[in-house]
Amino acid sequence: MGLASLSANLLFVSFIAYLVATLFFGGAVKGAKSEASYKNNRWGKIAITITVIGFITHVGYFITRWMASGHAPVSNMFEFTTAFGMMLVGAFILLFYLYRTPSLGLFALPIAIIIIGYASMFPREITPLIPALKSYWLTVHVITAALGESILAISAVAGLIYLLKNIDLTKKTKQRFWLEAVIFTLILVIGFVLSSSAFKLSGYEAQFTYIDKNEQPAKIEYNYPPLFGMAGYESLTPDAMTPWAEMPPIVNAKTLTTFVWSVASGILLYLILRLIFRRPVAALLQPFAKKANSQLMDEIGYRAVMIGFPIFTLGALIFAMIWAHEAWSRFWGWDPKEVWALITWLFYAAFLHVRLSRGWDGEKSAWLAVIGFVIIMFNLIAVNLIIAGLHSYA
Amino acid sequence: MSKIKCQCGHDNPFGTVLCERCGRPQTEEAKESKLVDMRYEGAARRSQTYKRSIIDKIWNFFSSVKIGISIIVAVLATAAIGTIFPQKMYVAASTEAEFAAYYERLYGLAGTIYYKLGFHDMYNSWWFITLVGMLGTSIIIASVDRVIPLYKSLKKQRTKRHPSFMKKQRIYGEGPSEDPEAALIKAEEKLKELRYNVKIENGALLAEKNRFSRWGPYVNHLGLIIFLFGILLRGIPGFYVDETMWIREGETRSIPGAEGYYLESKQFIMENYTKEEADEVFGDALERVGMIAKNYQTDVALYKTPEGGLPGSDEMDFVKDYSIIVNKPLKFDGYNVFQMDFRLDELKSMTFQLTEKATESSLGEFTVDLTNPEREYELDSGARVILSDYYPDYDGVKDGEPISKSPIPNNPAFIFKMVTQAKPEGEMSFVAIKQTLETEVNDYKVKFVSAETRDISGLTVRKDKTLYLLLLGGIIFMIGVSQGAYWNHRRIWIQKGSNGELLVAGHTNKNWFSLKKELDQVKDVANLPSYEDRQDKESILQDKEVDKV
Repeated sequence: MGLASLSANLLFVSFIAYLVATLFFGGAVKGAKSEASYKNNRWGKIAITITVIGFITHVGYFITRWMASGHAPVSNMFEFTTAFGMMLVGAFILLFYLYRTPSLGLFALPIAIIIIGYASMFPREITPLIPALKSYWLTVHVITAALGESILAISAVAGLIYLLKNIDLTKKTKQRFWLEAVIFTLILVIGFVLSSSAFKLSGYEAQFTYIDKNEQPAKIEYNYPPLFGMAGYESLTPDAMTPWAEMPPIVNAKTLTTFVWSVASGILLYLILRLIFRRPVAALLQPFAKKANSQLMDEIGYRAVMIGFPIFTLGALIFAMIWAHEAWSRFWGWDPKEVWALITWLFYAAFLHVRLSRGWDGEKSAWLAVIGFVIIMFNLIAVNLIIAGLHSYA
Repeated sequence: MSKIKCQCGHDNPFGTVLCERCGRPQTEEAKESKLVDMRYEGAARRSQTYKRSIIDKIWNFFSSVKIGISIIVAVLATAAIGTIFPQKMYVAASTEAEFAAYYERLYGLAGTIYYKLGFHDMYNSWWFITLVGMLGTSIIIASVDRVIPLYKSLKKQRTKRHPSFMKKQRIYGEGPSEDPEAALIKAEEKLKELRYNVKIENGALLAEKNRFSRWGPYVNHLGLIIFLFGILLRGIPGFYVDETMWIREGETRSIPGAEGYYLESKQFIMENYTKEEADEVFGDALERVGMIAKNYQTDVALYKTPEGGLPGSDEMDFVKDYSIIVNKPLKFDGYNVFQMDFRLDELKSMTFQLTEKATESSLGEFTVDLTNPEREYELDSGARVILSDYYPDYDGVKDGEPISKSPIPNNPAFIFKMVTQAKPEGEMSFVAIKQTLETEVNDYKVKFVSAETRDISGLTVRKDKTLYLLLLGGIIFMIGVSQGAYWNHRRIWIQKGSNGELLVAGHTNKNWFSLKKELDQVKDVANLPSYEDRQDKESILQDKEVDKV
């Protein structure tokens, strides 16, 4: 039990460290006049030190969990997403030392915090490996792919800062709408984490039997009050609420219920913010981005794609194909996860081409970086939870 | 086509934008623009020059990066549509009608439309394959169109460039210098320290590093072409084998696609994680999920018919014993055999007892091998049971005849003829699982005693001669993409102006901030004039504010 609980504690320490470091990065940005003047700010130095400490404990979590389970901790949603958050922070630290800009930390760390929070909503116990995952390629493929994705994600962070700084939020424009939509999506994730934690703390449980897609009886447990019932459901928990509607067999009503609860709490959270501040949430964040240098953010965004793209190719396509050949007898099988990795790759290839030969830098490039992150997250979340395929291990 | 003669005297090929030697702009457009477009060094490209014949037009179409990007986006979009509902290969159906029914049953109208449009087999559809083919063509043509002129002009570049070239660079500065000669020498020293290749000619300096990073895109495109070519080869017979085989425990079968090879299945093993080994670490997970599979394994022996052996003879040489596990295929002679599937507890044989109904006394037992049954069974008592008909997968009676769904003994049924001393003519009895039917009342019956089962392994046999080519393509792609991504081609020009002032210009294909960091170091050592990054308007503005203060 020693290692597993040590591992959990280390993760908690790193979570707190990232929270504290965000505040210090905020202090660094707030006290500075412009990009040039806050480069060697004291607040910034404290902030990066705390970030590095957080990162080291995060790596400590990873290693101790690896030792406890005997396999690289990247085998389910919780483990993968947590590792992704860790690498995101690592990629930020790398780019911080290349360009020394606290603005990046101020936005990268909160995103890492949201990602770790999201990861913690999935079952956290250590699972033994199923036969398909028993291979050293699990370690090699997943870690490289996650590393590539996390570096690509930094480009979205830089893009977000660029957009927050350069989009005029006083006028009603398409850009303002979409930027607010990006922020709103982040708030939805926070809504999911909050509502899920709340119901978990209250110990809510409702069990049902239902008929699955292949017309077999099955059992399911909800952790949220069941808004939607599975096809042919029958309640096993007497005092649970009666679902509003019964879903057809292809719809996972439990996922839908979770989704609706998250969206509802996200909207509630968003409305509260709007009511208190009476401004778009993007406008609240804008002052924190104002001091960043646009050209620098553009370059960081591009550089992150340049560093991340080859690693992503290696991990998510080449290593993936080699392993797929070993495990599933074919190197490519058009499994949804594979297809979405290819889509991500094609997207970034297009990104590089439009930037190089059509001169799409600045705002266009920033938007593309944000869309790239959306695709990566879609592959991580939606493809795993909705479009079930061979990769659904969560 | 005629050559373009530059003022410096150099003959440039038709279509040149910037003189290959001195860098003077050659077109009106280039002369007027504030910043010179440094992509492909302003060299003449076929696609920008010849526009007449049909070949020119095709060439120009595919060499356009805009078209290339459009194709990428089209592939991306079609690929995404293919993931909305499961693809054909993941659907358990075999006929078109079954597929149609499947999509309709699960996804309703949307499913029917999806099926009708052929999206259920997206990646084998002609339009998807055409798009990928167009992408390949675009990669080849666009690369050739650019790499040759780029190579030539980087090779031909002169140290001394015309001031008009310098002035149109993104990084540019000019200013008086007390001792331009000394400045050049100091700059040379510092630049060499920064690992630049430095050349000085006639009071002009050119420092350059990592030119090879410019070839990265072309190398990685070559890798992609090799990869796509490898996939094309799979269509040729013999390059690619993909077969499935089901093998029962104890059976020896020839391996489909691999002539002369035989596989014997010794046993199939399936294991789950147990509570004991789960202990503290995995305990919670097992508790929540229930059963978690640990291992699927088929223990096999591989045999080969000897070379020159007689066809049809049973002679086989033992090659090796192996345990095929998921992730550990059996490998031989370019073939791979994978553990893919299994079926547990297929009926192997059934043992029956012939009994006299009135006394319940036994006349002896016999065992029917369900895959290879015998016609007649002699019992110890001298009685005989004749198997007059056998239905391995009994599926009811149709037109008065029992029928069998498949040759697999899922639900065996028998028609026995029982020949005893008392009834030498024999009595007929239909025996299926849990039922016995008689045409007339018999004195004897066949009673089920026990059954023996065995497991079947589903194996996939693959041979893919293109794999090494695909791997080669992948490796070349990785080399090219790293070369282009992790190194930057940087150039710094410093030269004396006509009035003893110094001109400084810099260019890089990416990461301008890093170039500026290096240039700052050189500037401090050699007292170079200060420069501007003409695209970084914010810093220019801030610098001006600082100056005012």
